[in-house]
Amino acid sequence: FSWTCLFYTTHFYHTLLNKPEMQYEMETSSSNLSAVLTREQGLQYYRTMQTMRRMELKADQLYKQKIIRGFCHLYDGQEACAMGIEAGINPTDHLITAYRAHGYTFTRGVSVREIMAELTGRRGGVAKGKGGSMHMYAKHFYGGNGIVGAQVPLGAGVALACQYQGNNQVCVALYGDGAANQGQIFESFNMAALWKLPCIFICENNKFGMGTSVERSSASTDYFKRGDYIPGIKVDGMDVLCVREAIKFAADYCRAGKGPIVMELETYRYHGHSMSDPGVSYRSREEIQEVRSKSDPITMLKERMLSNNMASVEEIKEIDVDIRKVIEDAAQFAISDPEPPLDELCNHIFANDLPMEVRGTNPWVKLKSVS
Amino acid sequence: MVVLEVSPISTEELWSSVSDHWVLGHPPDQGLSLLSAQFGRAVNVRDALNQAMDEELERDERVFLLGEEVAQYDGAYKVSRGLWKKYGDKRIIDTPITEMGFAGIAVGAAFAGLRPICEFMTWNFSMQAIDQVINSAAKTYYMSAGAQPVPIVFRGPNGSSAGVAAQHSQCFAAWYGHCPGLKVVSPWNSEDARGLLKAAIRDDNPVVFLENELMYGVPFDLSEDVLQKDFVVPIGKAKVERRGTHITLVSHSRCVGFCLDAASVLAKEGVECEVVNLRTIRPLDVDTIEASVMKTGHLVTVEGGWPQYGVGAEICARVMEGPAFNYLDAPAVRVTGVDIPMPYAKILEDHSVPQIKDIIFSVKKVLNM
Repeated sequence: FSWTCLFYTTHFYHTLLNKPEMQYEMETSSSNLSAVLTREQGLQYYRTMQTMRRMELKADQLYKQKIIRGFCHLYDGQEACAMGIEAGINPTDHLITAYRAHGYTFTRGVSVREIMAELTGRRGGVAKGKGGSMHMYAKHFYGGNGIVGAQVPLGAGVALACQYQGNNQVCVALYGDGAANQGQIFESFNMAALWKLPCIFICENNKFGMGTSVERSSASTDYFKRGDYIPGIKVDGMDVLCVREAIKFAADYCRAGKGPIVMELETYRYHGHSMSDPGVSYRSREEIQEVRSKSDPITMLKERMLSNNMASVEEIKEIDVDIRKVIEDAAQFAISDPEPPLDELCNHIFANDLPMEVRGTNPWVKLKSVS
Repeated sequence: MVVLEVSPISTEELWSSVSDHWVLGHPPDQGLSLLSAQFGRAVNVRDALNQAMDEELERDERVFLLGEEVAQYDGAYKVSRGLWKKYGDKRIIDTPITEMGFAGIAVGAAFAGLRPICEFMTWNFSMQAIDQVINSAAKTYYMSAGAQPVPIVFRGPNGSSAGVAAQHSQCFAAWYGHCPGLKVVSPWNSEDARGLLKAAIRDDNPVVFLENELMYGVPFDLSEDVLQKDFVVPIGKAKVERRGTHITLVSHSRCVGFCLDAASVLAKEGVECEVVNLRTIRPLDVDTIEASVMKTGHLVTVEGGWPQYGVGAEICARVMEGPAFNYLDAPAVRVTGVDIPMPYAKILEDHSVPQIKDIIFSVKKVLNM
C-alpha cells in the first residue's frame, strides 16, 4: 500500500558562474511524493510511537507524585517526528537534540526502563542517575542538552567528524522554534554550508517557545527558509510517513556531499513547556483538543492501517496491552531501583585519567574520583 | 570517603522548621502577604523583588525590564508578575531565546540613556551573553575614561536549585565577582532583595544581581521602614545578622540561612557564632569581615559555589593580607559546594551542596572541639 505526502520545497539562489554578479532567485514549490508503508513498518511505527506516548504520560504521573523532580519536558504529540526520523536514517547515523529528548532517547535505542530510572534518579538509569531528564546519552546520540541552541553547533561538529572520517554517516541536529533565532544556529548554518558538512538541521516547530508563540518571537516564522543559502523543506510533522520520506531525501542529499539541508517539522506538544507549565495560559484548551482529535500522529497512523486492512483492531489492542505492561514494568523498576551509591559522587570528572582527590564540602572531606 | 556524622541534630529536623519553598517543577505560590501587627508584614523574596521593580518602574520612566517570559507569562518564576499588565509592552519586553542578542541590546539601551533591567532566566544562560556583560557593560566606563556610564542591572536566579542537574545549577558569584567595573550583589532575605534591587536600579553602574530560586517563596517580616519607597540597602556593605564571640561565619545568599541555623544548634553547646551576610560580592566589605574576625579570632566562609578560586578563597586571602590575620587563632576554612558538576539524583545532589551539618562540623574543627 502506498500513501501520498505533501512536501513544500524551497530552492535558493542560483549562481551563474559566468556572470559577473550573482543572481538570487527564490522559488517555492510544493512536491507530491508518494511513500510506501508495509504492514511490518506500520506496526513497528505504531508500537514505537505508542510506547513513547505512554512513557511520557507515565512520566507525567510520576512527576505529579514527586517521584520525578527537577525538569521534565514531555514529548507527547510529537512522536511522529522522532519515529519518522529514526525510520529514515541508519542506526549508525548520528542525532542530537535539546531537552525535550525522552522520545529520541528511546528511538535511538535506550530502553524505557533505563529512561525512566534516569528520570527517577536511580543507579539503573542510562546516565546512572547523574544526568536526569535532559542529559541522557547513547551510541550516536548526543543527548539531551539543557542550553537552548547549543546542541546545533554540536551537531554540525558531529557532521564535521563524519566528513573528516569519510564514514558516509550524517548527523541530524534538532532544535525548536524557540531556539531557531539563536545566533549560534546561523553560525552553524554558515560553516556547514561553507564546508559542505553532512548535517540535517531540523526545526521541530511546535508553535511555542515556552510561553511565547512563534509570532511573538520570530520576525520570520518560515523556519525552513532560515537557512537562506541552504535549501529548506517544510514537512507535516504529525505524519510519520512524511517525516520519513523527507529525512530519506535529506540524508541522501547530505551523503552525496551536497552540503547541509534545513528542515522544518510542523508539530505540536500536548503538555506545557515543562511540568511546571500548565500550558494553557498562552493557548486555549480548545486548540489542544482540536489537535488531539484531528491531527494526533498515533491516531492517524492507526486509522490508516485499519482503513487499509493492514491491521485489525484486536492486533492494535494487543500491542497496546503489551506496551502498558512494558511501561508498568519500567515504572516499577524506576521506583524500586536504589539511588546511586555515594562513592559514585565524584567519578567521571575526567576521562582516561588517574584517580584523583576531589574536595568535598569542607577541607576535611576528601573524596575520590576515578574515570 | 569521609562521612560526617557529628551533628547532634539532623538536617531534616532543622529544615522542617523552614517554610516549604516552591521550586521550579512545582506551581508557583500565590504570593504570601500576611498581616503582622508588630513588624509591618511578611513578604516573600519573590514579592519583595516584584514590589521593588514596580516601585522603581513607577519612579523613573527610563527603567524598563526585558527578558524571556517576563511580560505575558508573568515571569518564568513569577518575579515580574503583574508588571506587564500595569506597564505594558513598552516597559516590559518579552524577548526571543537569544541571550547574547538581548543582553547586547540592553547594554546598548543603557549607553543611550535608558536604565534597563535585563533578566536572565537563570544565570546559567548568562554564559551565552557573558561577553556583553563583561566587555560591553563592565569595562566601558573605564575604557571611555568616564564618558560612557552603563546604568544596567542584570538579574536572575543563581546557583543550585532542586534536581535541575549540571547545566542549570552553577553559581556565578566568583565568575562575575572577579571583574572590575561590575558590582555584584547576592541578597539572602526579602529585605536584602528589596533594598539591593532598588539600590542596583538606582546605581549608575552595571550590577549583576544574583537571586536564588529556592528563596523566592520564603517569607520574611519586613518593617514599615523597609517598606518605604526610598528604602535602599547600600551596595558594598555587609550585615551582621547575628552577633557572636567565638567564631565568624561569612556567607551570602541562601547559605546565610544555613549559617543562622547552624549557629542556633551550636549555641546549645555554648558556641556563639557571629554570622555575616555579605549582601555584596563586589565590592567586598572587607572592613566588616575584618572587624568580626578581629573580635572572634576564627573564620569559616560558607558558599554554595565551587571551592576553587571562589568567594571563600577571596575572603581568606584578604584576611591573610590585612590586619585581621594577626587575630586568627586558627586557619580560616571554607565550606563550599563539592568540586563536581551537579549530579541529578537526589542523594547525590544533597551531598554536593553545603549542609548545616557541614558548617557545624567545620566550626567545631576550627575551634578544636
